[in-house]
Amino acid sequence: MRIHPRFTQRIAVTILSAATLLTLLILIFIIGFIFKKGLPVLSLNFLTSSPQDMGKAGGIFPTLIGSIVLPLLAIIIATPLGICTSVYLCEYTKETLGTKIIRFGTDCLAGIPSIIFGLFGYIFFVITLGFGWSILSGGLTLAVMILPTIIRTSEEAIRSVPKSYREVSFSLGATRWQTVKKVILPNALPGIVTGVMLSIGRSISETAAVIFTAGSSLRIPTSIMDSTRTMAVHFYILAREGISAENAYGTAATLVIAVLIVNLSAYWIMNRFIAKRS
Amino acid sequence: MSSKFDIHDLSIYFRNDKALKNVTMDIPANNILGIIGPSGSGKTTFLRALNRMNDLEPGSRSEGQVFMDGNDITSSEIDVVALRKKVGMVFAMPVPLPMSIFENVIYGVRLSGINDKSRLDELVEKSLVSAYLWNEVKDRLDMSGMRLSGGQQQRLCLARVLAMEPEVILLDEPCSGLDPISTSKIEDALTILKNNYTIILVTNNTKQAARVADNTAFFLMGELIEVGQTPQIFTHPVKTETSDYITGRFG
Repeated sequence: MRIHPRFTQRIAVTILSAATLLTLLILIFIIGFIFKKGLPVLSLNFLTSSPQDMGKAGGIFPTLIGSIVLPLLAIIIATPLGICTSVYLCEYTKETLGTKIIRFGTDCLAGIPSIIFGLFGYIFFVITLGFGWSILSGGLTLAVMILPTIIRTSEEAIRSVPKSYREVSFSLGATRWQTVKKVILPNALPGIVTGVMLSIGRSISETAAVIFTAGSSLRIPTSIMDSTRTMAVHFYILAREGISAENAYGTAATLVIAVLIVNLSAYWIMNRFIAKRS
Repeated sequence: MSSKFDIHDLSIYFRNDKALKNVTMDIPANNILGIIGPSGSGKTTFLRALNRMNDLEPGSRSEGQVFMDGNDITSSEIDVVALRKKVGMVFAMPVPLPMSIFENVIYGVRLSGINDKSRLDELVEKSLVSAYLWNEVKDRLDMSGMRLSGGQQQRLCLARVLAMEPEVILLDEPCSGLDPISTSKIEDALTILKNNYTIILVTNNTKQAARVADNTAFFLMGELIEVGQTPQIFTHPVKTETSDYITGRFG
């Protein structure tokens, strides 16, 4: 017995749209839940004042600083390193066993749980190099953690630049570096930026790796060697130790909004860039 | 007539595959050499040996010599970047870079460090005029080169090569994807350009070779079967393979 194609088509559409709808509903439910609990707590005062009594009262200002400074440091370190590595792997090396091993290695690193990076950061940056619980240790650890993601996404972006662009550039007397600079990087930029943005999001919301390396001091940091606490860590401690569920949700809502702002501005920058080029 | 290229026993290998087999020939200066032959006959490989583009393929190597004005350009000591500035290339598929028409034309020129605005303006106009494209684009040089039609894009690619003021222009089936009008514009441009350049035109269209080439070479299975003046190749070919191909018995 043969089922009519019109019927299978209808079943396919139903399943596909149901899956999409379910995904959307879960997302809306989570964000709605956090906003419902967190938004009433949010105020300018909440964002700009220091916490009191371990966070039971007061605001989250120091953790806001921590959440900006740590990912920033991580991105500043990891982005140039990651892009240079991927350009080298894609443009300057032939496909050999060596490059395959490097690629496999980065893939494995990208899949390692962040708490392992935290442990590594604790042993290496905090203890061995003597940086202590500090923004420096935390930033370096986050940089190591997001490096594989940046390398892999940049590599994909560079590989997707058509081979013909390279040929044309070489045929017009460009060196490899001129080709990278004038043709490959500009065309790979949207993909590279996407990878960097994903990494920013990941490092803003990271908890385990940060507690181990940047500590959880609630003071406003004054130097790169000071310990700090990020919003994600703050949320974890408030909720875990039962200090204040209200302020925990307030922090969570701020965190979600921060990630949204990062992503939206990334899209905005990308669209402007693409519009300018075509 | 002086020769631009003096090719001696040239073979090109891709890994173990011998794509070009012991080719020996002279290419005269300020002439159009047409290269015909079925696909897979080594035409493109031969062309790409003249600006060392085969180097980009992993596992390629060459044997024999190619002398350009007396210098062996297959030597590992040759400055490949400088060679490619002298030997420009137009590819089968038009590939404008994703930038404005203006920037496309001066891409190669800027690489050489020329940034003087009036000089660049002058080069852009001159090159686009020679490529028969100026009148169609002169009011929109800031537009992306990718928004031009296929025929216009290919003429843009020709202009881009001309702007570098090379000595030799290699064309790899430049009209294979173009309409007859664009094709004839490119052919018109070539017949004028040959006064100043040495032109080598690979084509799948034997009629095109008959129309524009001064000399024609016939390649088959990686071998140069025959080369001579175009009328002679088309009317009294020496080898039977040549006459079979030209009369359309195969290929």
